[in-house]
Amino acid sequence: MDNVLTYIVSGYNYWAALILIMIGMYGMIAKNNLLKKVIGMSIFQSAIILFYISISYKSNASIPIIAHGHGVADHTAIDPNLYVNPLPHVLMLTAIVVGVATLGVALAVLQKIYRVHGTIEEDEILESIKE
Amino acid sequence: MKRLTLLLTLILGAYLIWSVEDLPEWGDPTSPASTYLSPHYIENIVEETSVPNLVTAILADYRGYDTMFETVVVFCAGLTVLTILRRTERKNKKVSTPRPQREGSDIILQNTARLLIPPMQLFALYVIAHGHHSPGGGFQGGVILGASFILLALSYDLKKTLKRFKESSMLFYSGLGVLIYAGIGVVCLLLGKNFLAYAAWSNFLGITELEAHSHGMLGVEIGVAITVMAIMFSLYADLASGGDLDEGL
Amino acid sequence: MILDNTILWQFDVLLLPMVIICALAALTIKDLVGAAIVTGAYSFLMCLLWTEMLAVDVAFTEAAVGAGVSTILLLATALHIKRKAKD
Repeated sequence: MDNVLTYIVSGYNYWAALILIMIGMYGMIAKNNLLKKVIGMSIFQSAIILFYISISYKSNASIPIIAHGHGVADHTAIDPNLYVNPLPHVLMLTAIVVGVATLGVALAVLQKIYRVHGTIEEDEILESIKE
Repeated sequence: MKRLTLLLTLILGAYLIWSVEDLPEWGDPTSPASTYLSPHYIENIVEETSVPNLVTAILADYRGYDTMFETVVVFCAGLTVLTILRRTERKNKKVSTPRPQREGSDIILQNTARLLIPPMQLFALYVIAHGHHSPGGGFQGGVILGASFILLALSYDLKKTLKRFKESSMLFYSGLGVLIYAGIGVVCLLLGKNFLAYAAWSNFLGITELEAHSHGMLGVEIGVAITVMAIMFSLYADLASGGDLDEGL
Repeated sequence: MILDNTILWQFDVLLLPMVIICALAALTIKDLVGAAIVTGAYSFLMCLLWTEMLAVDVAFTEAAVGAGVSTILLLATALHIKRKAKD
């Protein structure tokens, strides 16, 4: 019992990312309104970013900026364990900016659908296509 | 349909829970993600690039090729939104529901925005220029610059803002940023080094190779910021007016 | 400079349930303008979570992009279409 508890508590960020991925996926598939589907997509995206950032974390480390890094000649003794892993941060930083660009494209398509069909509910659009 | 989706989501959840077991322990410094490549970056970054902010250095130098195409993606997204939504002639009648009329202008909102926008733009320039030493860089500064224009359009009027920052200049600036980024890389090629190897600029600018890395990153960040600023405002202008560019929210 | 990770779990216990509640609320609220605002709150809580995990650059970007520009874009679209959603 105690073992299971420590197992759950030790990685709670992973659990949160997992729950958010499930929420986002449910929203993307089950919701009838297209804007809600877009919101579900952005929740899914943040959940994956949360997972990557959780992996980059190191305990007892500092932010990824080298202290007194500028203007000092010799940098022989930089301990990698003192700084969190910067590589996932870089990948996720660009993912966020590309995410807002794709969000813009999705919303533009959505407005165009509304202009043509007069609604953004999925079932009503399907009916108006059939007619 | 809903039940089927719930079932599918629960199956995915069970599968993910099963795989959580294989993940490294929370905050483990010897996890696979932190052992192979990232220690090399952390140990050698000041020697190789003289930039203390690891994220900026990896973004603009080691992975510069990647970031260039991220900028191109943002540029393409802006063009796509323009192609989908923009309509110049008002022949097609508007389907959108009539929005509530603007009840005059709010003097408190407008004066607050007037006080707020210049410090915002100054802060954005600081974020771009100081991104090597503190959190920040081209993406963040560009978004803040774009947000200052969005604030102007929200508090006053989209028309008034578009007089200051025309649609044609939006497109010009979004292309200019990508051009600055790619141009810095091409100049490196012409000076006899690899694409985006900023050390090639050292003889040209009369500085050491280490400083050339730092200066090249600054130039690249400026390019990114210009593109992101123009595209962010263009996205807002197109989406808020439904492609007519006549009135904002 | 070096942070001890024992101070961090109190923030996590506070923030993670709030993030999940915001995500659920954003998908269940029937008013689309309300859903857009709740998505902005979700992004901002996410940004706090990343600051606490020492990913300062990512949190900065999320604060500017996710909580700022994304919310405005969602709001602009929600005001252009019918505000009420069926589910």
